[in-house]
Amino acid sequence: MRVALFVPCYVDQLYPRVGMATLDLLEQLGCEVEFPEAQTCCGQPMLNSGCDTDAAPLAERFLEIFTGYDAIVAPSGSCVSMVKNHYEHIVHGDSRHETIRTKIFELCEFLVDVLKVDSLPGNFPYVVGLHSSCHGLRELRLASDSERNTSEFNKPRQLLQMIDGITLADLKRKDECCGFGGTFAVSEEAVSCTMGRDRIADHLQAGTQVLTAGDMSCLMHLAGLIQRDKHPIRVMHIAEILAGYEVPQ
Amino acid sequence: MSTSTKFDHPTNANRFNQDQARTHWHDSALWFIREKRDRMSKSLPEWETLRSCASQIKAHTVSKLADYLEEFEKNARARGAIVHWAKDAEEHNQIVLDILKKHEAERIVKSKSMLTEECHLNPFLEKNGIEVVDTDLGERIVQLRQEGPSHIVMPAIHLKKEDVSETFHQHLNTEAGNNDPCYLTESARQHLRDKFMQADVGITGVNFALADTGGIVVCTNEGNADLGVSLPNVHIACMGIEKLIPSADHLSIFLRLLARSATGQPITTYSSHFHGPREGGELHIILVDNGRSNLMNSDDYRNALKCIRCGACMNTCPVYRRSGGHSYAATVPGPIGSILNPLRDAKHHKSLPFACTLCGSCTDVCPVQINLHEQLLTLRTEVKNQKQLPVSKTMPMRIASWVFQRPKLYAWLGGIGKFFLRNLPRFMIYNGMNPWGKNREMPEAPSESFRQQYAKRAKKNQSK
Ligand code: SF4
Repeated sequence: MRVALFVPCYVDQLYPRVGMATLDLLEQLGCEVEFPEAQTCCGQPMLNSGCDTDAAPLAERFLEIFTGYDAIVAPSGSCVSMVKNHYEHIVHGDSRHETIRTKIFELCEFLVDVLKVDSLPGNFPYVVGLHSSCHGLRELRLASDSERNTSEFNKPRQLLQMIDGITLADLKRKDECCGFGGTFAVSEEAVSCTMGRDRIADHLQAGTQVLTAGDMSCLMHLAGLIQRDKHPIRVMHIAEILAGYEVPQ
Repeated sequence: MSTSTKFDHPTNANRFNQDQARTHWHDSALWFIREKRDRMSKSLPEWETLRSCASQIKAHTVSKLADYLEEFEKNARARGAIVHWAKDAEEHNQIVLDILKKHEAERIVKSKSMLTEECHLNPFLEKNGIEVVDTDLGERIVQLRQEGPSHIVMPAIHLKKEDVSETFHQHLNTEAGNNDPCYLTESARQHLRDKFMQADVGITGVNFALADTGGIVVCTNEGNADLGVSLPNVHIACMGIEKLIPSADHLSIFLRLLARSATGQPITTYSSHFHGPREGGELHIILVDNGRSNLMNSDDYRNALKCIRCGACMNTCPVYRRSGGHSYAATVPGPIGSILNPLRDAKHHKSLPFACTLCGSCTDVCPVQINLHEQLLTLRTEVKNQKQLPVSKTMPMRIASWVFQRPKLYAWLGGIGKFFLRNLPRFMIYNGMNPWGKNREMPEAPSESFRQQYAKRAKKNQSK
């Protein structure tokens, strides 16, 4: 399967390890992975700020660059949801979008639904706290959420449980937002930080040693607070754990 | 300047967050209700079916609203009600005043109606020398404090019992420092009893109006609506035109959803049906548009008219819980308020669509399946189109978009940015210009981007 790797711009610049882990993982699982180098940003920050006309040329570029692959995979539910669910407002019925919508996957979703992974190697003897990032949860439905009365499932959790030695932390609020929200983190700094600290407090009471999520953006915000407040929690993207990477010290 | 600050959500929210203990208390109080709602909704296996039925009924009603309104008017008249139409808040208030004048009414008791709040009826009537007493406990408390409600179902949820005790001590002469909820409730009850006895007219809101019977339904937990309209001879019911449902047959769906979503109760304590005036009395029903038909004509926002005002989106909203209802500076706060208010007045409420992380919890909690967070996203573009976004917000996006269209420039600038992040002295990164760094550390910049590592690896693989 010819898979295009979509690495969100801030992951490319600030978290290359997450990109490498995603690449390694997909290759370990037998995919032929390509990173189209012309890619930059999907346009989410612009659209989320109300600047649809600034997002439009980026969406155009995205469709251009990513057309023709069997699948497009990204280690970010939020960016995938942008392409899948929100592009239609800015590309207005472009037929390439209709195709791409069905071929783009968040990493965990791809592993579970497309590759149908049922075992993963490795040993990770830590208490892992899984943060359910909102767009993955409520827009891509990577897991059932606590608001709706539907049967329970959780794809990222399912994958983590395949790894030996892992203990998953039990949270009091299992799917509340961390408060990142893109530019919200800056324009509503006070609420954003209160929300983040509340999530971290929940992980502390649950004994989380390694905090993980499918979106590096939530983790960037939470890690910033953890570091400032000097909490004994390490932060890793789920791709790093699934690919068997070490806990960063 | 002062008015623009007043409406600015970040400023208000920041103030609210200064008192972290109180912020946490507010968050837990609402989360408690959200959890109760979760338990109650999960006790019904048909919950999601109910939601989609309710959503479809409302969508259908809105699509034929004019017909249903006519049907309602005809049937309500046939039962002896007097039906009025008001195109906006001003007309609504004038109609109420005219009725009051006709009856030489001086004292009014009111049972919670967000619509009259929306129309600012109280100050209008007070200016005309009429005493208006809100009779829901929470509403009365905020009325005594001369505040607006901070939540559409629990108007005084921002207040602790100590605050209530102080307010009652000041206005109702209760014992100072007595915070016993039973004592406080009893004092309010005594005080309100007098008001009920003296009232000339009772005003209520409407939760549901039934087109096929011409009746209206009012849901309360305290029974005050019933008392308020049973003692005086005249009952004025004020309703937004979107409160209509086609038939009494549909009511059960909404009654099951409403209370569970609002407070986690199986049903509200009183669901009172009014079909025509009582003997010797008068029933006036005022049908108010006040901007609603504009929503009806908009594909993007029509859905918002389905709202049954249960307040669940507020209880679940992580931002509302941590910024308080007053931070929205609007009659209806929270997610649904952040849609309705800017659509009415984008200039004053331009910060509201941004007071949201787009987490989507409101959309999944809403009993009538309004796509709240999607509308909030669309609304941001609307705010920009109305030229209400400051250049300080649009310019960075314009520049970023320009850079992102040029991958080589982007990669080069990324390298420079990372270099600065690694090498600049701390004070140049963490200062007043950088809100990120006020409470958080910046990410540590790596020496190479992913694309650089990828290119290196590809080269190595090739040479192998
Ligand atoms: S938008 Fe939905 S959840 Fe919010 S008050 Fe209206 S009906 Fe309730």
